[in-house]
Amino acid sequence: MGPILIVLENGAAGVTEATKECVNKAKSLAAQLGTTTVAVGFGKQHVSDLRRLAVTKVVIASGGTMDLYNPDAYEKVLAEIFGNVKPYLTLIANTTMGLDLGAGLAGRTQTPLIAYGIDIEEQDGRLTAISQVFAGKLLARVPIPEDGAIVTVIPGSWPADNEAGDPEIEEWTAQDSEAMRVLRVVEPEQSDIDITKADILVSVGRGIEGPDNLPLAEDLAEALGGVVSCSRPVVDAGWLPKARQVGKSGQTVKPKLYLACGISGAPEHLQGMRDADLIIAINTDESASIMDIAHFGTTADMLELMPALAERLKGG
Amino acid sequence: MRLAVLLKTVPDLVEELALDEDARTLLFDEMSYVPSEWDDQALEEALIIKEESGAEVTVIAVDTGDVDTMLFTALAKGADYAVKIVGDFDAAMSNWQKARVVADYLGRGDFDAVLSGVQAIDDVDGQLPGLVAGFLGWPHASVITEVRVAGGSHLQLRQEYAGGLVAELETVTPIVVGVQAARKPPRYASVAKVRQVAKSATIDEVEADVAEARLAGVEYVRPVAAGHAEMIEGDIDEVVDRIVAILEERNLLRRA
Repeated sequence: MGPILIVLENGAAGVTEATKECVNKAKSLAAQLGTTTVAVGFGKQHVSDLRRLAVTKVVIASGGTMDLYNPDAYEKVLAEIFGNVKPYLTLIANTTMGLDLGAGLAGRTQTPLIAYGIDIEEQDGRLTAISQVFAGKLLARVPIPEDGAIVTVIPGSWPADNEAGDPEIEEWTAQDSEAMRVLRVVEPEQSDIDITKADILVSVGRGIEGPDNLPLAEDLAEALGGVVSCSRPVVDAGWLPKARQVGKSGQTVKPKLYLACGISGAPEHLQGMRDADLIIAINTDESASIMDIAHFGTTADMLELMPALAERLKGG
Repeated sequence: MRLAVLLKTVPDLVEELALDEDARTLLFDEMSYVPSEWDDQALEEALIIKEESGAEVTVIAVDTGDVDTMLFTALAKGADYAVKIVGDFDAAMSNWQKARVVADYLGRGDFDAVLSGVQAIDDVDGQLPGLVAGFLGWPHASVITEVRVAGGSHLQLRQEYAGGLVAELETVTPIVVGVQAARKPPRYASVAKVRQVAKSATIDEVEADVAEARLAGVEYVRPVAAGHAEMIEGDIDEVVDRIVAILEERNLLRRA
């Protein structure tokens, strides 16, 4: 059986928690299966962290454009390393990089892919990946084929591995991408409101229906002493700025109160708010995924409930 | 510039998913289907590029059921051509299989860029744009929120990362792009206009053989939630009373 390969993200902020989570799972699976763990890192950033990972071997791809994430260059060098390592199982965190590299690598190397993994179970030497699909409404249990697979893993699925190790190091020279170059990286737009620092968030989703109803949320947030945040569809529709978005491609928040109004709770959204101290969900669908992590829920009509609650809080 | 937009339908989550809980299988024939919302974003971005630079837009779907309405709707919105890849396909066809037949078709054409939704709710075996790009050996970028023609055969892309960080990429063609969101909300085509287009426009049919699926024995189960919200019952006033009481207990009400 080939090793278990972990594709690391080691950009400016260091090795990400999501990839340390994959390291953790890879180590326990390798012990169960009697195989080794190989991690791939890119570029020279935080290379000392890569050299201390508690895995059997670390391959460091450097040179070319490896210091700055370039989807094409990374995919090509990863495919080379993959061909060399011949892993049985490959774990990649389901981030933007994971979305690029997981499916791209699978297609390039003709290796089956299992997306949105949240766990991998071992029984009698056979692995089954558990994958979260249909917006979290179903789990797929997918036997990992005998010739192996790539699994992209939703961040937060396992505890992170922070153990120090002394892995074998292999340097790998990457080529520049001839097809793609990074022109610039733009920091998030500055907003007058930082939702990550707010104690109380009134967060709106599709249920807000349109921008005309946003004042209801603003009014309630003001009455609570909080601010308005939102889920991705509200930003995509142009109703609120990107800086207000909670979730995988937005901000991760941990307020004292998260009032989720008309948010169904797609996995990408839950990833950004599940650690809030108190979650109250207003959603007409009692079976919506948000209800599984909310402390309290109501199926009341949010467009009626928000103004009624605001009025009561203002002493009306 | 010739743009291909890959469209597919997915089970409508407004309805209950048809699951045989004993056999742990999805009853694909018993569900109704809607266009994947991210594909709608990809189509919108392609139509914006067409308006800006005169690109030609071809929408492509694999015939896994009724995809004609989706294709005619795309034509009604402004796409130039519609292609349906037909064969021994059904609604249970996996993404891997769809990507295989789509890649074979695209490989024979001369498209400059392929746009598709960055993901879909049924992507258990991977996302279509990445798989297609991998099969073709073309460059690929996902989570894209803007595609612009940058003169000649180059495109500029905006790629989003966690926390709102954005990279601007320049790429040669051909390329496959997984669109997260278009620059504008997707346009609407009225039912009357779609009907009118369906009478006058044609969908080109291209035959293909079904490819082998790579995952076998996939079972579907409903998640057992670790918990569920304590539901607050009653009319609006009663719900307001309870929420205020909960906030009061936790000292979360503003002091007057």
